[in-house]
Amino acid sequence: MSEIEVRHLTKTFEQRGMKVDALKDINLSIEAGDVYGIIGMSGAGKSTLVRCLNYLEKPTQGEVLIGGKNLGNLTEKELRKQRSDIAMIFQHFNLLMQKNVIDNVCFPLRLQGIRKREAREKARELLKTVDLSEKEKSYPAQLSGGQKQRVAIARALASNPRILLCDEATSALDPQTTASILALLKEINQNLGITIVIITHQMSVIREICNKVAIIERGGLVENGFVEDIFAHPKSQAAKELILRDVPENGTTDLSSHQEKYIQSDRKIRIVFSENSAFEPVIANMVLQFGMPVNILKADTKNVGGVAKGEMILGLPQDRHLQVDMENYLRKHGLEIEEVTEDVG
Amino acid sequence: MWDSTIINMLLEGIRDTLYMTITSTILGYVFGLPMGIILTVTDQNGIMPNAFIYKIFDVISNIVRSVPFLILLILLIPFTRLVVGRSYGSTATIVPLVVAAAPYIARMVESSLKEVDGGVIEAARSMGASNFYIVFHVMLVEARTSLIVGATITMGTILGYSAMAGTVGGGGLGDIAVRYGYHRWQTDIMIVTVVLLIILFQIFQTVGMKIAGSLDRRK
Repeated sequence: MSEIEVRHLTKTFEQRGMKVDALKDINLSIEAGDVYGIIGMSGAGKSTLVRCLNYLEKPTQGEVLIGGKNLGNLTEKELRKQRSDIAMIFQHFNLLMQKNVIDNVCFPLRLQGIRKREAREKARELLKTVDLSEKEKSYPAQLSGGQKQRVAIARALASNPRILLCDEATSALDPQTTASILALLKEINQNLGITIVIITHQMSVIREICNKVAIIERGGLVENGFVEDIFAHPKSQAAKELILRDVPENGTTDLSSHQEKYIQSDRKIRIVFSENSAFEPVIANMVLQFGMPVNILKADTKNVGGVAKGEMILGLPQDRHLQVDMENYLRKHGLEIEEVTEDVG
Repeated sequence: MWDSTIINMLLEGIRDTLYMTITSTILGYVFGLPMGIILTVTDQNGIMPNAFIYKIFDVISNIVRSVPFLILLILLIPFTRLVVGRSYGSTATIVPLVVAAAPYIARMVESSLKEVDGGVIEAARSMGASNFYIVFHVMLVEARTSLIVGATITMGTILGYSAMAGTVGGGGLGDIAVRYGYHRWQTDIMIVTVVLLIILFQIFQTVGMKIAGSLDRRK
């Protein structure tokens, strides 16, 4: 039985008499212990999807099952109780600005009727987990973005949830802070066994910590599976675009579009190096064998679930036969290749 | 002319004015606060949208606020007599003051509560908070600074209204100003009452803003 099961989920909003499909027939299953990424461009419907998982938005059609329990069959009161199992963190943290850090963490505990002293004790432990013990008496306005998100994570963990939903939780943070928050989430997943669902528009977030990913485009699920597989073989157009947009943070290996004009090639391929092929100078050997140069349009190493993967985009020579031969050569040497049709960068 | 009777009269005037203003503000909130909460939660973007209930309170509050206070005061004389037994004096003035203040307060409360960040309310919902819990533990808490500023402004307005009630025998400083300044042409007494009203207003305003500022944790 899956931890989260989404069946034929459809959500329609009505705007000035017009019906807009925010989500169309989504099917997903998320297993206990997964770090499941849901990625899409802004407006794709991913925020609506995550809000359907705890019924902050009620689906127009379809079902959401949490641990086998159909949320649609619960009364309002049962649903509120169920929500303490499904914690959530947000892009803008959503802390109570008039309460200090510890009272913010106590909020869900007090909500469940736990006495103040017990709540405080538990909150102190949680603040230790997120490494913010010394800020207990501070107010959110005095904290940095990363610290606020840590408070929000402590608050989310207070009710001992089984699932943690993250709605663009790192989108308002700088790259270093993002990395530390992602590391914290990974720790929570591994140490506490909490299933995590991450909504994001950044492929880098998915690569860093997710084991599975679903790609949402215009309200529909276009592709899902293991991050490794999709990173190596994106099938849908949306997945390819998201992967190509995944620019490294210090962007040094990227060619500027100005340069790119001069090295336009009619056939571009993207190569992902698996572990064994990284030792062999395949590209160099290929150039030597065919006696024809190729353009390296982009080269990068990316962290996919803790494994370094090489990624390269090549512009092949104009000759059709040579293109086919080169591709065959690369495949024979165990490389995964994909044709790229978009502009690189 | 500054004998002890005049001074006693002025002191009594201050006492009556304070009595009317403070009691009316408190009673105004007894009715206005729930009304403001209802307006906020039943609004179409509120946590329990209900167009019908919203409309009822919306219309009531607009009608009462659109009647000039002096006219409301006279219109309400039979009702005042029914509630307190007579239609003159400071206690009687409290009735029309509350009627006028409650819808005004409701609007003040509504605008304060609507300032509360929707994200925080959503976060509370995601934790399983009921609407009732959200109102009392999120909205009223987060909006407290703005609510106190609103109460300060309201109190100043009620102080002004209470002086206006003096024209029809309402008691307090306004009453003194009208009786001595207008009917007896004693401008000096009128000026003194006006100065006293200004001082009271300043005290309310300063104290209110101080409290609001000291409770604000957003900085």
